[in-house]
Amino acid sequence: MKAAVLVFPGSNCDRDLQVAFEKAGAEVSMVWHKEAELPEGVDIVGVPGGFSYGDYLRCGAIAANSPICASLKTHVERGGYAIGVCNGFQVLTETRILPGALLRNANLKYICKTVPLKVQTSDSIFTRAYNAGTVAHIPIAHHDGNYQADAELLAELRGEDRVAFTYEDNPNGSAGDIAGVLSANRRVLGMMPHPERAADAGHGGVDGAGVFQGIMDALVEA
Amino acid sequence: MKARVHVMLKTGVLDPQGEAVRHALGGLGFDGVEGVRQGKVIELDLADGTSEATVTEMCEKLLANTVIESYSIEMNA
Repeated sequence: MKAAVLVFPGSNCDRDLQVAFEKAGAEVSMVWHKEAELPEGVDIVGVPGGFSYGDYLRCGAIAANSPICASLKTHVERGGYAIGVCNGFQVLTETRILPGALLRNANLKYICKTVPLKVQTSDSIFTRAYNAGTVAHIPIAHHDGNYQADAELLAELRGEDRVAFTYEDNPNGSAGDIAGVLSANRRVLGMMPHPERAADAGHGGVDGAGVFQGIMDALVEA
Repeated sequence: MKARVHVMLKTGVLDPQGEAVRHALGGLGFDGVEGVRQGKVIELDLADGTSEATVTEMCEKLLANTVIESYSIEMNA
């Protein structure tokens, strides 16, 4: 299974994502934002956390318009898989690959702590390792994680079972307590919490490892 | 020539920063501030003859996220 992790100026979770993919057994290429093409044969693209372009203009907005993101869009349009974590989720909403938007946390504070998340669906490669209803403890570390979705979008996401994770104790004001959402074809996940930071016993928790194991198992079977 | 783009959160999108500013104004003794919305102003230096349609395209593609933000354009600002 081949994964590519995108690297923007200001990304800081790119190597964590690489390690988590490798630990699950993937072959990982790191891809600089100025590259026009993803490497041949990539199954899944990881868009990492961090502060791409210093969060200038809006979080993820400049990265979303970088050359590699054009290739990411093509990959997704062809039915390719992708996961965006934290700033990566912001990039995925800015590219409109995922719906909604992420605004400043309702309490205006940067929040860095491990939070309980409820797995809302096991129907995706990202969540198949979990039973729906499971509570997983995964760290968040963000200033702009307040997911915005109007009533119509919320109804659509819920109706299509596309809410992947919700916060048990909403830390940032997100609509519907949403922490992670799936694309309509269920092949793209964006989430604010960092599963790659809870993927090894040395991290102090392994509740996020299932995300990478699920991806690996599904794509190796395919 | 110059153009000025104003970007604001759409009506109905809660603006926590504006709300914090409103509280702070109250703390300074300015009574009667019923709401504050915070946005941004982007000034563009453009080649002569650049059309408003081009600036609109810039707004749609990058300067505003129209999921949550609205924008207005002043040409020759």
